[in-house]
Amino acid sequence: MSDVTQMPTPPATASKSVRDRGRGGLRSVLPPLLLGLGLIAAWYGVTYGVLREDRRFLLRAPHEVVNVGFLDWENFSELLGGLWSSGKVAFIGLLLAIIIGVLLATIMSQTKLLEQAVFPYAVTLQAIPILAIVPLMGFWFGFGFTSRVMVCVIISIFPVIVNTLFGLQSVPKGMHDLFTLHQASRLTRLRKLTLPNAMPAIFAGFRISAGLSVIGAIVGDFFFGQGEVGIGQLIQKYAGRLLGEQLLAAIILSSALGVFVFLFFGWLGNRVVGKWSDAEI
Amino acid sequence: MAATKNVELGEVALSFNDIGMTFPDGTEALRGVTFDVRRGEFVTIVGPSGCGKSTLLKIASGLLQNTTGTVDVDRDRLGYVFQDATLLPWRTISKNVELFAELHEVDKNKRQALAQEAIELVGLTGFENHFPKSLSGGMKMRASLARTLTLEPPVFLFDEPFGAVDEITREHLNDETQALFMRKGFAGLFITHSISEAVFMSTRVLVMSNRPGQIVDEYNIPFEYPRKPDLRFDPEFARISGEVSLSLRGAH
Ligand SMILES: Nc1ncnc2c1ncn2[C@@H]1O[C@H](COP(=O)(O)OP(=O)(O)OP(=O)(O)O)[C@@H](O)[C@H]1O
Ligand SMILES: [Mg+2]
Repeated sequence: MSDVTQMPTPPATASKSVRDRGRGGLRSVLPPLLLGLGLIAAWYGVTYGVLREDRRFLLRAPHEVVNVGFLDWENFSELLGGLWSSGKVAFIGLLLAIIIGVLLATIMSQTKLLEQAVFPYAVTLQAIPILAIVPLMGFWFGFGFTSRVMVCVIISIFPVIVNTLFGLQSVPKGMHDLFTLHQASRLTRLRKLTLPNAMPAIFAGFRISAGLSVIGAIVGDFFFGQGEVGIGQLIQKYAGRLLGEQLLAAIILSSALGVFVFLFFGWLGNRVVGKWSDAEI
Repeated sequence: MAATKNVELGEVALSFNDIGMTFPDGTEALRGVTFDVRRGEFVTIVGPSGCGKSTLLKIASGLLQNTTGTVDVDRDRLGYVFQDATLLPWRTISKNVELFAELHEVDKNKRQALAQEAIELVGLTGFENHFPKSLSGGMKMRASLARTLTLEPPVFLFDEPFGAVDEITREHLNDETQALFMRKGFAGLFITHSISEAVFMSTRVLVMSNRPGQIVDEYNIPFEYPRKPDLRFDPEFARISGEVSLSLRGAH
């Protein structure tokens, strides 16, 4: 046998992503950094240039937000407490959405009939205005932890179901043929073919859901307005008392939580499937 | 490399008897296809696009059920190489090559040994821990061949396996497939669009007509194995290729 050994030529996409990562550091950080600085400048412009002195409570200057919201320990610890409470709700809600969503999608993928039966309801769930469901949850389950988690699950489960289902169903036909030829059982096919194939899509779904679960936690807390104080209740309180600096600080902190979970799932997805998948998660 | 001049002819390993195939939508893909492949035979089918060649292999493997006729083959260790390498992207090359043995529940040490041997045989040593995405088309095809080799198949089906690689790589892969054939003496059924590839590799070339596919011509290829690459410049090679080409034209 001739031993011709060719050097591997990595596909274009792979080499591109390697290059992007190589230059990544500064290149990818600089544009948003500049825009951020620009926005802060504009913010100062509005506070000091547009608003009259007696109206400045509407938009406090950035350094005042930092001073009052983040550097004043009493205020900051109140915010951190709220963040902790909402973070817990979001985390548990997301975890449940992931477990239920992946399970449901996996079961749906096994029987066409079940998929046809369940899917319309998943869509309906998605279409319910969350504001309408929040009072109902409170009505049924009280205004505590359970209801808040339920709100989170409802708001964040849909992307998990849809992405998982899509991933499970997008196995190339030839790969299915391989498993058919070797009489693979249903379970083997699921474990060794469809589930691994779905991983990139599943992680893309987690990432979207993670952001939504943070929103769910805050919205639930905001509307229930009682029980353990989360970011939602704090926002309501600050808005009611015209505490502009703290209100802005709460908003910044809650979006930071959203960004954090989004980045975390991106990182986790890359750890799990980045080695072999070309897909950007 | 095995020193045999000619591969020994064995028992009939794959037999099509009056195969007809009509799809549920009414498309008649095959009609009255009858032929045998013995061990030590390398039979190639050439035919116009869409005439039913892939359908015939799917019937042989059991992926499709023929509507008339009978197939006789042992499907337990049937080797079937698709046009696409169909490697699982989340598995490394060695894990991909182990797949079939794994599906047949061969124990771990045995299947690793099988995979290693097959990887060496197709010249992929050193790439065991690479993921498919970092391999060229030709290398993926080699991995796909290696995966099938772990079955030690007595019958080997190839559906245009080298259609997507460049000419030089294709010739190398032809040489390597030929070497495997000489070493293992399997019954080979190969499909290609390339007449030169068909004549170079085969003991017999079958020409299939337009849909519904029927076998319209049969050519015995007299050259001894191992066949050297410059056989392609031999006048006799050119004469046979010309005849096959003419027959194929008629089939269109
Ligand atoms: N599932 C199916 N339902 C209906 N018609 C089909 C189906 N699969 C294949 N066909 C038709 O059967 C015919 C034979 O298909 P087949 O794939 O076997 O052709 P082929 O000879 O392998 O062609 P090519 O050389 O392009 O690979 C084609 O006309 C195709 O459109
Ligand atoms: Mg085909």
